[in-house]
Amino acid sequence: MNTLRLDLENYRDLLAEYIRTKDERALYQAEQFSKQSMQQNISPEEIINVHLRSLQELYPELPDYILDSFDFLMETMMSYGLAYQEFQALREKQLELKSEISVAANMQKTLLSTTKPEIEGLDIGALSVPAKQMNGDYHHFVIDDEGSLGVAVADVIGKGVPAALCMSMIKYAMDSFPELRMDPKYILGSLNRVVERNVDSNMFITMMYGMYNTEDNTFSYASAGHEPGFYYHKERDEFEEISAPGLVLGVSPDSMYEQYQKQVDEGDMIVLLTDGVTECRKGDDFIEQEEILEVIREYKDLPSQEIVENVYKYFERLQDFQLRDDFTLIVLKRDV
Amino acid sequence: MSDQSCVYIKKEWDIVAARQMGRDIATKVGFGTVDQARIATAISELARNIYLYAGSGKICFEAIETVQKKGINIKAIDEGPGISDLAQVMEDGFSTSGGLGAGLPGVKRLMDEFDIVSKSGEGTTIESTKWLR
Ligand SMILES: Nc1ncnc2c1ncn2[C@@H]1O[C@H](COP(=O)(O)OP(=O)(O)O)[C@@H](O)[C@H]1O
Ligand SMILES: [Mg+2]
Repeated sequence: MNTLRLDLENYRDLLAEYIRTKDERALYQAEQFSKQSMQQNISPEEIINVHLRSLQELYPELPDYILDSFDFLMETMMSYGLAYQEFQALREKQLELKSEISVAANMQKTLLSTTKPEIEGLDIGALSVPAKQMNGDYHHFVIDDEGSLGVAVADVIGKGVPAALCMSMIKYAMDSFPELRMDPKYILGSLNRVVERNVDSNMFITMMYGMYNTEDNTFSYASAGHEPGFYYHKERDEFEEISAPGLVLGVSPDSMYEQYQKQVDEGDMIVLLTDGVTECRKGDDFIEQEEILEVIREYKDLPSQEIVENVYKYFERLQDFQLRDDFTLIVLKRDV
Repeated sequence: MSDQSCVYIKKEWDIVAARQMGRDIATKVGFGTVDQARIATAISELARNIYLYAGSGKICFEAIETVQKKGINIKAIDEGPGISDLAQVMEDGFSTSGGLGAGLPGVKRLMDEFDIVSKSGEGTTIESTKWLR
């Protein structure tokens, strides 16, 4: 089909053809004409004008009242043209925002990146996947001056850009802590004060902080309202919840946190996560804790990184490849 | 340069008078029906803003004719409350019409040149020109 020209002559001929033949072909071309007009930002009032002038050329005898009625129609259509132009402008703006957000998301990735340390005797796996572009989950590994591993898993209540900005602050607060060994309960206590002082009162952060002592193979941890993790006893082949009482960060300036300790035996495994894992859904139902544990159990003999990746794949598929919440999963396994 | 003619805006029906005067001048300058409709729509938006937000004011028209070009200049002048955040009102989607494309950004699109001077508590002057092509 030849391309349509958006001029009077062309429109007039098309119109004449249609009036003569009542042919669907001419109507199809009118549809093409309509699409091309929009592409070239031609507003409805201009089309009405072209229509009117075509009529005048085809039927010079046309009575005035018909001609006048087109002025009326033109006025009636004005708002449609304006609304369409505004829509176009807003769409461009939206594209701009989208690309800005993706730049921000990349910056966030760099900013919040943490390297998974290599520690003898401990096999570490970690995975964090955002539901949208920006990740509202955060995890962080540090090795302190005595060679112990600190591990933090956090979740901002809220998603998207504000949550991500909030996380950057947490990261910098943690970076500013001295290298000295600090107990999880003190770390949560000081982060709580940072959040309380600096973050909007309707933004909350939950965090589980754990410290794996490589000398005596103990794991001590404290929680600020964070999703419980799991502890796997190899000998008993049993899972147990890891949780500790404590208010979410930022609620009250003088929250205190309790700290617990576990003796980690060979082959035992510590699983830390965010509610993006436990609140995975099948259709409208939340999955049961049993199902999460079954999945972890299925892969438990693989290296830790493969465990977290396989568990993620399982839940991603369960949710039709559309995460509803940021998903973070960490596995620490004491080598046999 | 020809003389300036003004329509005072106090009640809603004065918007119609402003449109009429604008259209007459636009016709004389030589604008076709499509541009006349655009100019009339721009006048409506400006006059309605005066009526709604300033209570009263005036719309003045001037036919411009230089050696190179002809056009119509429209000034909307009021001594109302003024507009404090001009950047905001010129943002698409801000107008209370929400998504209808009207409002001041619409006026800017309908015309070729557009300028606002406004001071809180002292009033607003919006000047806009459309050139004949
Ligand atoms: N002449 C004026 N005097 C004071 N405020 C005005 C005037 N014109 C516009 N405004 C303010 O700017 C806003 C945006 O105006 P406009 O773009 O015409 O959209 P809308 O009238 O649909 O809200 C108005 O809601 C009003 O608050
Ligand atoms: Mg308005």
